Amino acid sequence: MEFFQTFIELAQSTVRVSTPLILAALAGLFTERAGVFDIGLEGKMLGAAFAAGTVAYLTQSVTMGLLAAVLVSVLLSLVHGYASITQRGSQIVSGVAINFVVAGSTVILGEAWFRQGGRTPALTEDGRFGRITLPFADAVREVPILGPLYSGLLSGHSPLTYLAFLMVPASWWILYRTRFGLRLRAVGENPGAVDTAGISVIWLRYRAVICCGILCGIAGAYLSLSANAGFTKGMTAGKGYIALAALIFAKWRPKNILFACLLFGFLDAFAIRYQGYAFPLIGKVPVQFMQALPYILTVILLAGFIGKAIPPKAGGVPYVKER
Amino acid sequence: MSELAIELKGIDKSFGLVHANRNINLKVRKGTIHGIIGENGAGKSTLMSILYGFYQADHGDIVIDGKTVNIRDPNAAIAAGIGMVHQHFMLVENFTVLENIMLGAEESQILNAGITKARAELKRLEKEYALEVDPDAVIEELPVGIQQRVEILKALYRRADILILDEPTGVLTPPEADHLFRILGQLKDEGKTVLLITHKLREIMAITDEVSVMRRGEMVATRTTKDTSVEELAELMVGRRVLLRVEKGEAKPADVKFSVKNLTVRDSRGVTMVDDVSFDIRAGEIVGIAGVAGNGQSELLEAISGIRRAKSGTVLLNGSPIDVTGNADPAELRKRGLAHVPEDRHHVGLVLKFEESENAILGYHDDPKYRKGLLLDVDAIRADAEEKIAAYDIRPPNPRLKTANFSGGNQQKIVLAREMERNPDVLIIGQPTRGVDVGAIEFIHKRIIEMRDQGKAVLLVSVELDEIRALSDRILVMFAGRVVGERLPDATEGELGLLMAGVEGRKEAAE
Repeated sequence: MEFFQTFIELAQSTVRVSTPLILAALAGLFTERAGVFDIGLEGKMLGAAFAAGTVAYLTQSVTMGLLAAVLVSVLLSLVHGYASITQRGSQIVSGVAINFVVAGSTVILGEAWFRQGGRTPALTEDGRFGRITLPFADAVREVPILGPLYSGLLSGHSPLTYLAFLMVPASWWILYRTRFGLRLRAVGENPGAVDTAGISVIWLRYRAVICCGILCGIAGAYLSLSANAGFTKGMTAGKGYIALAALIFAKWRPKNILFACLLFGFLDAFAIRYQGYAFPLIGKVPVQFMQALPYILTVILLAGFIGKAIPPKAGGVPYVKER
Repeated sequence: MSELAIELKGIDKSFGLVHANRNINLKVRKGTIHGIIGENGAGKSTLMSILYGFYQADHGDIVIDGKTVNIRDPNAAIAAGIGMVHQHFMLVENFTVLENIMLGAEESQILNAGITKARAELKRLEKEYALEVDPDAVIEELPVGIQQRVEILKALYRRADILILDEPTGVLTPPEADHLFRILGQLKDEGKTVLLITHKLREIMAITDEVSVMRRGEMVATRTTKDTSVEELAELMVGRRVLLRVEKGEAKPADVKFSVKNLTVRDSRGVTMVDDVSFDIRAGEIVGIAGVAGNGQSELLEAISGIRRAKSGTVLLNGSPIDVTGNADPAELRKRGLAHVPEDRHHVGLVLKFEESENAILGYHDDPKYRKGLLLDVDAIRADAEEKIAAYDIRPPNPRLKTANFSGGNQQKIVLAREMERNPDVLIIGQPTRGVDVGAIEFIHKRIIEMRDQGKAVLLVSVELDEIRALSDRILVMFAGRVVGERLPDATEGELGLLMAGVEGRKEAAE
């Protein structure tokens, strides 16, 4: 029974930790399937988290916080789009630049405005997302096995968590069942085919980049309005890169993204829970090792266990009409 | 109703200093197959891109079916009833046939509604034009001939009345090309207008009703096909008389200089690209390898020139082995008398950003002749380059010009000069005239024959069957990585075509 309890707790924290990963990886999915690589997921998420923390504190409104997050993230996406789609610059350089600019400017602005060492002031309950308790969650809590599964694991999450998990099938549907999705996938494989079919490559890629911005914005808002009560500096802590790794690991497919993110989320949750725990035979594992574990596994998994991940063919290449 | 499907009036287009189209006038009658012929860089593709809305003309009018139209983008071209089959197919390779055909003409935001309609329409088109394809097949798994069919279907699906085909036969086997021509004939009978862009004179003579010739951005003539001749068209294209037949005497084969035995090569995916290939080349003969692109010729060339590691087999150069399965060193092979003109001059043969003189010594830069102690002797290199420029008539004659600024034909001459002037025993040439204009082809062919007559062993790989037949003393045909037959150059095109398509070869191999 104790084991079961541990399992529920670990699973629940896996879901929590996975939420921003899923949102960010889906964000990456939209832009990369359209042929625009985006290493700036991290920066967009961080910028969004800062905007959410700031605006939610000032307005005491979680909705305004979320909108501000999405707005900032979309604006950063458009900067990336302008540099890499319109100006045909290097997508990697543009993404890295965004990461650096955001990492620095959030701290500077935060310190200038709030003087709390780069943090935004702690949010009260009004400024944060509450937890959604599913119907009858309390009533069935005592039912063996199913009770804890329902009330402990399925119930009691942030609305953004439910949104993230719903976005997985929704993204699949958009990509594979709508006209927009067909065109988006086509432009990431062969923009020439899209152009000659009479569709604007530029506009299509901008729309993909905006989709990415919206999802990254929600991921950022989750960090400062749901997982925490406000923004702390560098709070994304590499989640954008892990999401990128999950995207590659998932071979750019929505369903795989869910599993990849849950796996990485689980590793993270595991590391948090067993910090300083003395394992049988091994003994106490240094905290740093536990924290590095998700990254180590990422490298190992990417290096050997997933087979060849074939990126969208036109990924990373600005579209130039050929003569 | 107008008699003319297309009328171009005074089309003019410049890209920076390059005047690609000068005051072009063209009339294409409805329901005809109209050929447009010209050398590379004559402005054919630019003109067609303007017609399809890829570029806007600086001046001039486009009149479609009697109405002046403003073709701002491909959408406007499609609306005007123009469809285009591009030289490099505009298909999404991991999409199905149906998805490719629907792309841009989906009819509704949600795909499902359109899919049923598209399927029915596709069925109808298939029946009407005998263009059979499986709508659920994935493009990358289809042979190129079928992929091209998908491109044609895409245009017909969009209700095109005018079909532009840009160099459509470059990737096809002769039987596939014949099939394409039958389809085009059928489209014409249905009242469609076909514009065929090509540099192959034979195709023009075979299927067009009228032909227009472009030279250096100008439309120089329009002829009724049956009243003109290959010789006249060639002369119009080049602007001077050209010798179309290669003149060569009897070959005098001597000792075996180069010998390939049981060579097998796999590509990076582990797929066998060259399968147990054996042949000899004697001094003083040209052995041609014919085949449709992608049947292992490239891998064969790379393996025997030491660029790609072979799986198994032996290769003898002047009687001594080359370590093709191990670490054959291209530089060492050069010293041992093997010269290689690679198929892909842009990526393998030249560094386009280098000056002409630097490319003229590429791979031979450690020759003491070009060195002054540890440094390169720039004066010697330039003097050497100037000699080659004179001998090979490379234009413009400027060894300090960036190689990218030379035309395709002149770039090829730079590579040929570099390799041939080393006086090798064995010369391996891949696609000697790909992207090279008619005038330069004549010159390159003459040089290759000269090399043979000087007693070199020459291996010639080309996807141009005419070229193989004109130059070779013996022809090997490759299909799916195997040599499926050996013929003399007087073999008919039909016979070679069947071998290239793998039809005859299978029987022969079985026997």
